[in-house]
Amino acid sequence: MNLEFTAGEQAFRDEVRAFIAENHPKELGDFGMREDMTREEMVAWHKVLGAKGWSVPAWPVEYGGTGWTPTQRYIWSEENARANTFMPLPFGVSMVGPVIYTFGNEAQKAQHLPGIRSGEVWWCQGYSEPGAGSDLASLKTTAVRDGDHHVVNGQKTWTTLAQHADWGFFLCRTDPSAKAQEGISFILIDMKTPGVEVKPIKLLDGGYEVNETWLTDVRVPVENLVGVENKGWTYAKFLLAHERSGIAGVARSKRGVEKLREIAANETMDGAPLINDFDFAKKVSQLEIDLAALEITELRTLAGEQAGKGPGPESSILKIKGTEIQQRLTELTLEAVGTYGAPYYGSIANDTGSNEYAVGPAHAQHAASTYFNMRKTSIYGGSNEIQRNIITKMILGL
Amino acid sequence: MDFNFTEEQDMVRDGLSRLVREQYDWETRRKAISSSAGWRPEVWAKLAELGILGMPFSEADGGFGGGAIDAMVIMEEFGKGLVVEPFAPTVVCAGGFLKHGGTAAQKEEHIGGIVAGSSVFAFAYAEPRGRFDYADLETTAKKDGAGYILNGHKAVVIGAPWASHLIVTARTGGERRDRSGVSVFVVAKDTAGIATRDYVTVDGRRAAEVYFENVAVPAEALIGAEGAGLALIELVTDEAIAALCAEACGAMKVAHAMTVEYSRQRKQFGVPIGSFQVLQHRMVDMYTAYEQAVSLTYLATLRLGSDEVERKRAVSAAKVGVGQAARLIGQEAVQIHGGNGVTDEYAIGHYFKRLTIFESEFGNVDHHMKRHIALS
Repeated sequence: MNLEFTAGEQAFRDEVRAFIAENHPKELGDFGMREDMTREEMVAWHKVLGAKGWSVPAWPVEYGGTGWTPTQRYIWSEENARANTFMPLPFGVSMVGPVIYTFGNEAQKAQHLPGIRSGEVWWCQGYSEPGAGSDLASLKTTAVRDGDHHVVNGQKTWTTLAQHADWGFFLCRTDPSAKAQEGISFILIDMKTPGVEVKPIKLLDGGYEVNETWLTDVRVPVENLVGVENKGWTYAKFLLAHERSGIAGVARSKRGVEKLREIAANETMDGAPLINDFDFAKKVSQLEIDLAALEITELRTLAGEQAGKGPGPESSILKIKGTEIQQRLTELTLEAVGTYGAPYYGSIANDTGSNEYAVGPAHAQHAASTYFNMRKTSIYGGSNEIQRNIITKMILGL
Repeated sequence: MDFNFTEEQDMVRDGLSRLVREQYDWETRRKAISSSAGWRPEVWAKLAELGILGMPFSEADGGFGGGAIDAMVIMEEFGKGLVVEPFAPTVVCAGGFLKHGGTAAQKEEHIGGIVAGSSVFAFAYAEPRGRFDYADLETTAKKDGAGYILNGHKAVVIGAPWASHLIVTARTGGERRDRSGVSVFVVAKDTAGIATRDYVTVDGRRAAEVYFENVAVPAEALIGAEGAGLALIELVTDEAIAALCAEACGAMKVAHAMTVEYSRQRKQFGVPIGSFQVLQHRMVDMYTAYEQAVSLTYLATLRLGSDEVERKRAVSAAKVGVGQAARLIGQEAVQIHGGNGVTDEYAIGHYFKRLTIFESEFGNVDHHMKRHIALS
């Protein structure tokens, strides 16, 4: 057992670090995510990686994966977090892509995988419904066979960034007489099809990143059904396990802790840097300790994957702790900025001609809105309550 | 010992409760806070008409003879409806400075306007680098003949866009963070040399950065003795903290009730989610935290007239306990509402945002824990 990188892994780290430094689009700066990003900005890095052949590292090599070991993939995430790049969105790369190459037919692979790799095609996820959140299997959207088509009717919700989507993957009920988990199919829908309507949902931080997606008599060619009809639940669960393993966000949180320390070094309390305050420093260290534990837990999971074990129910630990840490980071950032957490920067014109707003220090600007926004993380991707249920059943056997 | 409210206090609560229910419904509030004014002056006028704005002033000062308990009753009702109108800055803060430190002439000049609703105040105390220390001031007031010249920058002054007057803290002597040398001034907002940059706050109120550039004020603008303002500021902000704790209790009560109700209505797995024991116990913990917060709010309010150490300990205890409860209840209420909890459409997110900002007003949990330790 050891934690050191091999010489080969160190060389790999130097290579990717140099690649990011040379190729990450300069106009994106090092903001990571910004609320006002355009579609073009959000896919800019994805397209560079697509051209390089690095956009889907975890995929099998035959479908365009890099063949990197889990350690190399870990290094890759670390280096991207270090440069605060805006990584390819998960909907294509981590969600529908693996479903298509695992369960799809050759025609579906040929049609969809290239666009996911290149970043040309934007995907969204049609899972949740107003009445089907944690209880996803109670979904009501129907797909009824009519000749060469399925006619889809229903309402999906929380469809993240569907305002930009070209395609969506939807869970639809194809056998209404079957039990809840049976009778669901996994269907790919071109978002330009008549009857698809995307309506924005305003979130409590003032942003618009999720939508309601209404499907009214949407005619979808039968060949867009992935795998076997009525077996969609199996694919949905497969996808959720993949989603969870990436959801821990360890590398980003490590960058976040560094940033928090910088902020706390620049905020003053009683004439001294806030980070010198024992109470605050203790909270930052506690967070760092939790994160160090999570990092090793994730590496142990990755090592298990390398040994041929797929992401199992222990990935629920990564989701729970990963999101708790992400949320705690935003809590402490908001605490650190003190008084300047209160202004709503969405209402303050940026008339200074730079990234500096005239109100408060730059590092305070998104503290409150990020804190509010990140409450979603313990709700999405299977709420943390559901993750605990999974561990209860699958690991504790209760 | 007596935890009963007077008949008059019950009447005030009922009247305000009706006002909030009938004239401060969610859609009306939403429209008001997103309008260019950001508040409803007609609500302010109504509060004046009902005698609410005069409640905590003595009859001799032109008020209705109430005190801190009345302010608590009022603020709790405002918290329930997330009322944005600036009762705390105007009546509790400015009113407090006038009551405790004002000359007969200052009371005469300003209290009547507050009670009638014609004067609106904001309290300009925070500074960009001062964090929660009222004495960590870079704003200066230099003696100039009989009067003073003010220079400086006040941060996140709640209610300033609506204000006709400002209470301003400034250093008349000593060094940054010295306990002595702090003075308090009352200034009309339209005085030459005052500039503001107005904005919306994340909890739906309005605030401003307020800049003073060679603002000349007369000697009569000084409240209390020159250089001895800190004790007065601590007294008034303790009163403000007790009032804000009451507001938070009102907001927490509603947030908790909304969450319990949502858990009754929302069905997953064929049953109301409120039937899951894991959620039941968390809602019990929220309820317990709320009741403890109410107790600490009573304690702080009832100790406002005690000696300085006892008062400060009780107020800091409340700001710690109510602050912790506010975070717990806000976060759990959102979590139990699921995706709906993070939308702008559902009211719960707005309660969560108000409770979040409450946490850091007049010092956060860490700050008041330190003050409590220092006095123990």
